[in-house]
Amino acid sequence: MASNDDIKMLAGFVQRLRTELLRTWQVELIEQVGRRQLMSEAELRDQSGEFLRQFAQALGQAEGTGITGAEWAPLRELLAELSASRALQGFSPAETARFVLSFKRPLLEALRREITDARQLTEVIWTATELLDNLALHTTEVYQKSREEVIVRQQEEMLELSTPVVKLWDGILALPLIGTLDSNRTQVVMESLLQRIVDTNSEVAIIDITGVPTVDTLVAQHLMKTVAAARLMGVECIISGIRPQIAQTIVHLGVALGDIVTKATLADAFRLALSRIGTSIQNSRSHAR
Amino acid sequence: MERIPILKMGGFLLVTIQVDMHDRLAMQLQDDLTEMISRTGARGVLIDISSLELVDSFIGRVIANIASMSRILDAETVVVGMRPAVAITLVELGLSLAGVRTALNVDKGMRLLRTAVGCEPEEPADGRDEA
Repeated sequence: MASNDDIKMLAGFVQRLRTELLRTWQVELIEQVGRRQLMSEAELRDQSGEFLRQFAQALGQAEGTGITGAEWAPLRELLAELSASRALQGFSPAETARFVLSFKRPLLEALRREITDARQLTEVIWTATELLDNLALHTTEVYQKSREEVIVRQQEEMLELSTPVVKLWDGILALPLIGTLDSNRTQVVMESLLQRIVDTNSEVAIIDITGVPTVDTLVAQHLMKTVAAARLMGVECIISGIRPQIAQTIVHLGVALGDIVTKATLADAFRLALSRIGTSIQNSRSHAR
Repeated sequence: MERIPILKMGGFLLVTIQVDMHDRLAMQLQDDLTEMISRTGARGVLIDISSLELVDSFIGRVIANIASMSRILDAETVVVGMRPAVAITLVELGLSLAGVRTALNVDKGMRLLRTAVGCEPEEPADGRDEA
């Protein structure tokens, strides 16, 4: 555990040698961050200058090497902003953490030059290393978090995108399902289908599962629930787009689809739906002959 | 005591549930409706639940029972206007009301009843009333 004296000493050094430290660090940074096309030199200079200013300020008030205290809050925020923006710019987590870690060499070299007592040097270096490691870990954590936020947002968007309810005809809705059906999606699918039924005043709904890669007992159960709920509202459901393999799987699994009407293709289902609402489409050419 | 009104429309009976169903009200409706069917000789019953927002397993069962009882009394029953949320709840409760006819709204329900009964609704009811 670092004593407060070590931190005070470190704070004094950083304060005194700030301009020199910044210069050597920036040379190092620009060398190390070899991906200058992602980021301009000026931006790096700005960020490092701001980091050092906040670092010195926080060190002046710090007690211990933890970085959770209020005095570190501005620096934590700065780093959070920095790593979030780097996550978007396409930096890897290692590159993001290296921004803070690259400050070690200039700092330690300066300390070695300034402090002659070996024991004291070790203590101060230990304190500095611990602090910088904590800060680097913080950037990685924030980086991870901002990445996770992106993933969650994309998942939500996909959930909405993947469940369109299409009106095919007056009174006929189609629900082309694409991708794997899990409980979460079934819930969304069911709700949007039932709501569209009410909105469009439909009588028949076609659930097309051409885009569903596999049908297991769970998926079949989800489908049957949707069909049952639609039936409770007075709407007949037709399931279409059953591929031969899926028909085989359904029978092998022993799934009883009950009295649900199934059709091989969406076209067949559409023809049946038209007849259910008392309409039919005629071929005008053969009709004219 | 609170009751759900049962309206006679030609040969059909029309029940519109516009209040929150509690258990006693549901049982009362079951009594009243079966009584009314046998008295008027109605050939069709239309139950409109479009205002029903809450449904539990008991109410779901009562609705299913009423439909089955009406059928035994030779009256076709159509449940109309079920809300999406109610439909999902009933399915999750495992009550799919098998054997009960359903329709999206009163208009479609009436048409369904007419085709199910298969003749002009006024005739049998009037004949029975005069007899």
